[in-house]
Amino acid sequence: MATTPNPPVKQNRIGLQVIDYRGSKSTLCAGCGHNAISERIVDAFYEMGVEPEHVVKLSGIGCSSKSPAYFLGRSHSFNGVHGRMPALATGAAVANHKLQYIGLSGDGDTASIGMGQFVHLMRRNLPMIYIIEDNGVYGLTKGQFSATADIGSRLKNGVVNELPAIDTCALAIELGATFVGRSFSGDKKQLSALLKAAIAHNGTVLLDVISPCVTFNDHEGSTKSYKFMKDHEEPLHDINFVPAFSEIDVEYDEGTSTEVTLHDGSKMQLVKLEEDYDPTNRIAAITRLAEARERNEVLTGLFYLNAAQPSFTDSMGLCDAPLSSLPESVTRPGKQVLEAIMEEYR
Amino acid sequence: MSGIDVAPKQGTLIVSTGQPVVNDFSIQVATVNGSGSQSANAVLMRSIFLMGVPVSGKNLFPSNIAGLPTWFTIRVSKKGYVARKHTSEILVAMNPETAEADVKKLPPGAMAVYDEPLKLDALRTDVPFYAVPFDKLVAPVAPEPKLRKLLRNMVYVGVLAHLLKIELPDVELAISKQFNGKKRATEVNVAAARAGHEYAAANFQPARFTVERMNENANKIIIDGNTAGALGALFGGVTVISWYPITPSSSLIENLIDLLKEHRVDASGKATYAVVQSEDELAAIGMVLGASWNGARAMTATSGPGISLMAEFTGLGYYAEIPAVVWNVQRVGPSTGLPTRTAQGDLLSTAFLSHGDTKHPMLLPGSVKECFEFGVAAFDLAERLQTPLFVLSDLDLGMNNWVSEPFDYPEKPIDRGKVLSKEDLDKLGSFQRYKDVDGDGIGWRTIPGTLHPNAAWFARGSGHNEKAHYSESPVDYVNNVDRLARKLDTARTLVPAPVLEHSAPGAKIGLIAYGSSHYAVAEAVDQLEEKGIAADYLRLRAYPFNQQLAEFIAAHERVYIIEQNRDAQMAQLIKMDIAAADAVKLRSILHYDGHPLEAGTVTEGVVAQEQK
Repeated sequence: MATTPNPPVKQNRIGLQVIDYRGSKSTLCAGCGHNAISERIVDAFYEMGVEPEHVVKLSGIGCSSKSPAYFLGRSHSFNGVHGRMPALATGAAVANHKLQYIGLSGDGDTASIGMGQFVHLMRRNLPMIYIIEDNGVYGLTKGQFSATADIGSRLKNGVVNELPAIDTCALAIELGATFVGRSFSGDKKQLSALLKAAIAHNGTVLLDVISPCVTFNDHEGSTKSYKFMKDHEEPLHDINFVPAFSEIDVEYDEGTSTEVTLHDGSKMQLVKLEEDYDPTNRIAAITRLAEARERNEVLTGLFYLNAAQPSFTDSMGLCDAPLSSLPESVTRPGKQVLEAIMEEYR
Repeated sequence: MSGIDVAPKQGTLIVSTGQPVVNDFSIQVATVNGSGSQSANAVLMRSIFLMGVPVSGKNLFPSNIAGLPTWFTIRVSKKGYVARKHTSEILVAMNPETAEADVKKLPPGAMAVYDEPLKLDALRTDVPFYAVPFDKLVAPVAPEPKLRKLLRNMVYVGVLAHLLKIELPDVELAISKQFNGKKRATEVNVAAARAGHEYAAANFQPARFTVERMNENANKIIIDGNTAGALGALFGGVTVISWYPITPSSSLIENLIDLLKEHRVDASGKATYAVVQSEDELAAIGMVLGASWNGARAMTATSGPGISLMAEFTGLGYYAEIPAVVWNVQRVGPSTGLPTRTAQGDLLSTAFLSHGDTKHPMLLPGSVKECFEFGVAAFDLAERLQTPLFVLSDLDLGMNNWVSEPFDYPEKPIDRGKVLSKEDLDKLGSFQRYKDVDGDGIGWRTIPGTLHPNAAWFARGSGHNEKAHYSESPVDYVNNVDRLARKLDTARTLVPAPVLEHSAPGAKIGLIAYGSSHYAVAEAVDQLEEKGIAADYLRLRAYPFNQQLAEFIAAHERVYIIEQNRDAQMAQLIKMDIAAADAVKLRSILHYDGHPLEAGTVTEGVVAQEQK
């Protein structure tokens, strides 16, 4: 019997298929922005050809923090306690500085209960990707405002937020994160480019991804709704990312693009939409974010990048092998060492 | 020559009267904190140690940097008793604020060395006073005023050396030890001690209290419990430390950092360890869990307020089954409490730290040697049991210096517990993280980075099944927590067993103690015997308990549990574990004023209750 030959299975550069990067089925609401983010994460790690076993996932508590179950099923994951993902990530990254770390958090998990640990993670420039799935609302407890909800925004039940929002991106730049951007869960192209660049970056990546909550915060009056985002999103630039292992196959008009190089040699191209924006200028980045806020715009794109700053683990003077892999011959000094110490105390 | 007139004034040599007392007294040095008396007191203690005589020292200090009263007591005991003693026979009064009260507390026949301008000699007639012009004596030794303030203290060491017949070469050796053989520091301190000695020799006859050479300290060391714990961590193979400073645990980590810098650097000068000073204790334990889950041997050290903050993450460690080593060097609570005073008040809050049904293994070192040994064993146990494990020391044990036998190099190789490698998975195909395949309640785990497609599992504090998948099933929940209870039963067989410290033929009563209470109880056993009360004494060294404890209680008519807290916390823990018929035998002797326990408290407590 004649058989139709199967079409060749699509593989990435390390011979894995996209299915090798998927997780279990999402239990989040249909249409939740978080699911789109999970899909972009799957694509980004697949396209970058990262070994799934080399990736470690971390999260706190909330809808966002459930999402690591829905991507990279072959990667270890630690779903910790509310607002404390940074501590788990810091311990993990120090224990094994050879793996890649991605943390998923929400706006409540980061900007309210987790603020204490968040600021210290940013300050340390821990090598990890920290994603805030930001919907301005507590989903899992059924719709209370979070600290990133915009002033004046309105809940489904009519409650109006009277407090100013915390801008996690401005904060992250201020504190020392070295790759800071904002995107929108519905902006496939921009989010994919940012995620791939994030994978290539060595240091803290903070990505605040506006991710509308279809159940509790996607109505008229919400500033984190799909509609509001479509009307008010102000992309800073068009982003293209070319990994170090790819031939540069896109051409840009020199006059309108800026190219930035990440530590592994990957290139990120920022195509100007408006003024001459330089993502390596920290003060300009903070100013630009403040201006967008004044204009009630949701600015998206890569705000700040410093590829030269050593990461937390780089600056610790660690041995090359992961601390987690050291044998007893290295971790337990010999008998003569104890005897010499005892002599000191005689 | 010191250059000042030290010739005795004719006929004024002070003579202490009464029976001679050899190697059995306490010295109390009253100073102002921040005045640098620590070194002098350490030298005094070590000088007596070098004379081969059993000695112990305790620092009673305020939660303050400078200016408040502090007392250091040194007990000299030919019988080897090292617990705190209620009264001191020898006072060195250097603090004008407390001098009068300190003198009034002396028992009749005691003696007082004091700073001459304080004019204390009119306070009592039943105590010989030794006035010493410290400022005059120290002036020629130290030109700089700042140094003078510190060296005044070394002068009283010299004065006491003459009065108590502590030999000068031992004092000088102790000084050299204290200053790590640094030439200049050693020279000026030796000069100060000599100036004191010379003055005393010219003006005073030796006192009736004297130190006579013995041979009890051959090969022994002097060390504090926090340094011993740090050594335990070093030889336990710690790789990641995260901590937040808090008295009285900070010196454990600070000593450990010094040790790691010296002993855990590879040939290329790179560290084989990492230390993170965290933003708070929540983060400290979080980093430990993150590191430990990721395959490192990780630890932290804290005290009561930090333990309270660690509750949330400890519950996660318990339920997700992540190893962690946590030292709790206890101080007086509740709340901020008395940060520089000692207690055993965190037993219950640590044993059940966090919400829901939680129980944690605890090691209870009763000596500096056990601080070392348990410091090593804690890592093996935490990784074998895959759970947060607590080592409960206290301020008395942790921050005071103790004479000890030297520590023994660990005999057993490091045990990382049940970890599956890539090769194991190649053979097995897959595994279930929380399945009790061995019947001991402990599953097998993999470490992130294990290069096998089925290596990954999802660690979480939410409900889960044997495969570590999210589950709200009642069956899965009950299976899981029942297995965790079985795991604690396994812990009973692995943690250090109790020690029968004293056995008296026909004893009807039993004593139970743990941690730093041991020394007072060991002395009280002898005191009780003198009063005709025979008692057996069992020292607990860990929680959960093993069968030996139940048997000990069953074998006695009345059992006294001696501990340093108000609420009889150990007694309560024991009652949860033994038969109701045995629980009625338990009585408590409780001490909780922040000062270390004394034998007299134990003896009087037993006698009073036995008479009821």
